[in-house]
Amino acid sequence: MRLLAPIGRLGRATLALLAAIGRLAIFTAQTISHLVRPPFYPREFGHALLQIGYFSLPVVGLTALFTGGALALQIYAGGSRFSAEAVVPQIVAIGMVRELGPVLVGLMIAARVTSSIAAEIATMKVTEQIDALVTLSTHPMKYLTLPRVLAATLVMPLLVGVGDVIGIYGGFLVGTERLGFNATTYLTNTADFLELRDIVSSLAKGAVFGFIAALMGCYYGMNSARGAMGVGRATKGSVVAAAILILAANFILTEAFFSA
Amino acid sequence: MIRLTDVQKAFGSNRVLRGVNLHVPKGTSMVIIGGSGTGKSVALKCVLGLVTPDAGLIEVDGKDVRSGDRDAFLARFGMLFQGGALFDSLPVWQNVAFRLMRGALKRPKAEAREIAIEKLRRVGLKPDVADKLPAELSGGMQKRVGLARAIAAEPEIIFFDEPTTGLDPIMAGVINELIREIVTEMGATAMTITHDMSSVRAIADNVAMLHEGVIKWTGPVAQMDASGDPYVDQFIHGRAEGPIEAVR
Repeated sequence: MRLLAPIGRLGRATLALLAAIGRLAIFTAQTISHLVRPPFYPREFGHALLQIGYFSLPVVGLTALFTGGALALQIYAGGSRFSAEAVVPQIVAIGMVRELGPVLVGLMIAARVTSSIAAEIATMKVTEQIDALVTLSTHPMKYLTLPRVLAATLVMPLLVGVGDVIGIYGGFLVGTERLGFNATTYLTNTADFLELRDIVSSLAKGAVFGFIAALMGCYYGMNSARGAMGVGRATKGSVVAAAILILAANFILTEAFFSA
Repeated sequence: MIRLTDVQKAFGSNRVLRGVNLHVPKGTSMVIIGGSGTGKSVALKCVLGLVTPDAGLIEVDGKDVRSGDRDAFLARFGMLFQGGALFDSLPVWQNVAFRLMRGALKRPKAEAREIAIEKLRRVGLKPDVADKLPAELSGGMQKRVGLARAIAAEPEIIFFDEPTTGLDPIMAGVINELIREIVTEMGATAMTITHDMSSVRAIADNVAMLHEGVIKWTGPVAQMDASGDPYVDQFIHGRAEGPIEAVR
C-alpha cells in the first residue's frame, strides 16, 4: 500500500488540476457568452478603460523607458565582443516590439490591474456585495467581469504600442547620448528593420495578455474564500496565475508568429 | 405567500438545513431566530436563489422559485444585508437607486435621484448624505442606507438579515421601529433573521425557531414566551443550560 501512495497523490493532484482547468474554462466561456447577451453596462466599461488603460500609462512608460535604455547598453556591451556594436538600434527595436514590450507591459498589468481587480471583487464577495448585486437583478458576470475583461483586451494593445515606442525611445536616448550613435541613423535603422509582422504580433500579444490579466483577476476574485486571508490568497493567486499564463501565452504566440 | 417544504442544504459534510418547513402568509412579518451557524442566512438565501438547496421545494405565491423569469422574480424582493453590502464605489444615492437606474425598472437619472433622496428621508437621513460614499458613514447610517435601498423599488417582499447586529441599543431600536413602520405602511411580507430578542419583539408577527437544521417551533410572537418549547425558552432567556449546547 505504501508503494501505491505516491501514485494516489499524483492521481489526486492531476484530478484537482483538471477540475481547476475545467472551472476556469467554464468561467471563460461564461464571460465570452455575455459579450452577445444584453444588458450591457457602458459606464462600467468606461470606468474600466480609464482604470486599466489611462492610469497604467505611467508605470508602463517608466518600465519601457528603463528597459529600452538597459537593453541598448547590454547589446552594445555584448556586441562589442565581436565588433557588432552597430546593431544596437535594430536589436533594441526588435527586442522591444517582439518580446520585451508586450511581456513587460503584460507583467506590469498583471501586478497592477490583476491584483486590484481580484482584491476588489474578492472584498465585494466577502462583504456580500456580489449577493446584493444579484438581489438587485444585476448579473455579477455582466456588471463586474465582462466590462473589465473587455476593457483590458481592447486597451492593452494600445498600452503595448505605447510601451514599444517609449522602450525604443529609451534605447535611442542611451544610444545617442551615451553610446555616440547619430540620431538620424539610429532612427532610420530602427524604422528600416521593423516589419509589419513585428508590430502585429506585439499588439496581438497585448490583447491576449490583457484578456488573461483581467480574466484571472475576476476569476480569483469571484472564487475568493471568506475573510481577509481569502482576499489575500485570491489576490496573490491571481497575480501568479496571470504572470505564468502570460509567459506561457507569449511562448505560444511567438511560436505561432515567428516559427516559420 | 412564501412556503418552504422540506428544504435541505449541506456544505460538504455539514448538513445546515435538514428539512425546513415554514409558511409566511402574505403581509405578515416572520422572524426566524436561532443561534449562530444554525442556517438562518442559508434559508433566506435559498429563497432568493443565492444558494441552491439540495432538496425540497420553495414557493412564492404557489410558484416554484426556480421556474419563471428570474429578473421579474427578484424585482419583487428587497433585502437588507447584515453588513449593509453597500457598493463602495458608488455614492449613497446611487446605492439606493441602483435598481432604478438599470434593468426593467430603469428611470431617468434625475427621477431616480429624487426617489433615492425621498427614501433616505424615510429612513431618517438628510439629503446631504446622498452624495457621500458609504465609507464616510457610520455603521448605523450604513444600515439605514441599506434599508432605503431595500425599499427603493417598493418591493412586495423584504428580507432583513441581522438588521441590528453591530449597532448600539438606541440605534438598534431606531432600526427596529423603522422596519416595523415600513413593513406596515407598505403592506409588505417580511422575513427577518436575528438573534436580537428586542428586534424579535419589535418586528415580528410570527416567530420561527431554527435549530439543528429544522424549525423547532413556530407561532405568533405573543405566544413565544409561553411556547413551552425548551429550545425557545432557553434561547429567548439566554440561558447556558438547556437542550441547545452552549459550545458549538
